[in-house]
Amino acid sequence: MNWQPFLLTARLAVLVSAVLLVAGLPIAYWITFSRWRWKFLVEAVVALPLVLPPTVLGYYLLVAFGDATAVGRWYRGLTGHTLAFTFEGLVVGSILYSLPFAVQPFAASFAGVDRHLLAASATLGASGWRTFWRVIVPLSVPGLVTGIALSFAHTVGEFGVVLMLGGNIPGVTRTVSIDIYDQAQMANFSAANQTALVLLVFSFVVLSLVYALNRRVWAVWPFQ
Amino acid sequence: MRTTRKYKILQIFTLILGTLAMAAGSTVEAQNTPALTVAAAADLQPVLHSIGEEFRRQSGARVEFVFGSSGNLQTQIENGAPFDVFLSADRGHAEHVISAGKAARGDEKTYAIGKLVVWTPAGSKLDFSKSGLKTLLGSEVKAVAIANPAHAPYGQAAVAALQHEGLYDQVKAKLVLGENVAQAAQFASTGNAQAAMIAMALAQSPQLARAGNTWEVPASDYPPIEQVMVPLSGSRNPALARMFAEFMLSAPAQQVLRQFGFAPPESSR
Repeated sequence: MNWQPFLLTARLAVLVSAVLLVAGLPIAYWITFSRWRWKFLVEAVVALPLVLPPTVLGYYLLVAFGDATAVGRWYRGLTGHTLAFTFEGLVVGSILYSLPFAVQPFAASFAGVDRHLLAASATLGASGWRTFWRVIVPLSVPGLVTGIALSFAHTVGEFGVVLMLGGNIPGVTRTVSIDIYDQAQMANFSAANQTALVLLVFSFVVLSLVYALNRRVWAVWPFQ
Repeated sequence: MRTTRKYKILQIFTLILGTLAMAAGSTVEAQNTPALTVAAAADLQPVLHSIGEEFRRQSGARVEFVFGSSGNLQTQIENGAPFDVFLSADRGHAEHVISAGKAARGDEKTYAIGKLVVWTPAGSKLDFSKSGLKTLLGSEVKAVAIANPAHAPYGQAAVAALQHEGLYDQVKAKLVLGENVAQAAQFASTGNAQAAMIAMALAQSPQLARAGNTWEVPASDYPPIEQVMVPLSGSRNPALARMFAEFMLSAPAQQVLRQFGFAPPESSR
């Protein structure tokens, strides 16, 4: 069993869910509390990665990283190489790909917070910032955990985007899903099965841990 | 008040969705099925359309093509995909299908010999005519795209050619692998890789021929890419499947294949 793809995938998924937690909070906050008339347009844009087939999204990212766009040329001028075929490129692609999986649960849980509590917090003199961290976030923990778990799982199982812009480089862009695909392509089905089984077990363990922690904290420990 | 309005909207939504679903269901049946479905390797994509047209003119039968990597198609056939003929990009995948009992041994025939080329996007300063594959060693070449040698015949040919020239160890770190030749070409045509080692047929397709330059890798650098076909025993129309396989060897089909840079099958011997 080759563990390199597993380490790579774990690194990618952890990094992507961390970035999505940091980036997803303000986006979800804005989506929930903004009174802008056209905000539904932003909501629709955030949901778009759900609609685009992953390979199509990957293809457009490949084009965007290439010579055809200013961003692609700027990045190459800066670093001397393209963002495609690099770990950073996968991170960028995965963040876009999993964005709705973080933002939507975040926003849904923010929206579920009782507005009276926010008003009470404000009348007690708390700033918006303080209210966010002391009232909204603690009451939204289950939604935040769900968002993180979903983006983690979604990145672990990601295939199309990585296939399109990764270039299948061992240790850099050959993730577990690509590895399984290659083994299946070579008609190496027992190796593919083994890798898939390990992936399933690993993901099951991680997700169970996350959801176990997500139970109401005071209900986990029976003697309290 | 508000909730009843939302409820109404939901009702209307459900109604529309239901109507659409019924409409979708009724149109699917209306389409007629083709007489023959041919599973073909991705490098044949630019070639087979006109061959299919010509076959229809001669036999009156409509052929539909399903393109994929030879490995994917092999797996699909072995798991009961309803194809009539398999046009592989190599010999190995066709042999596998025969060993799995999905085609009769002795029915397999080489229909063309593939050629390996290096394709560079227009505007590239790389000139392969001077020092051949050694050009890939240049520092301006950051990434070289090839099809995955683990399962793609042209990827195996590319690796063989690099090894034959004694360049593989130096170029290895620059290799990026596409799932098939078409994706390897895409890596280069989008400007992410500076060169792609792909099938001549693909480089001759209008899109790539217009967008870049092609240099043919000397045939002595790699074992011949024998593209082998086999009519499948699961065909619902075995006679027609055989007829199509014979047609692939006929003069009109061979001429189209030659136009796209394939060598005729007898040239391998």
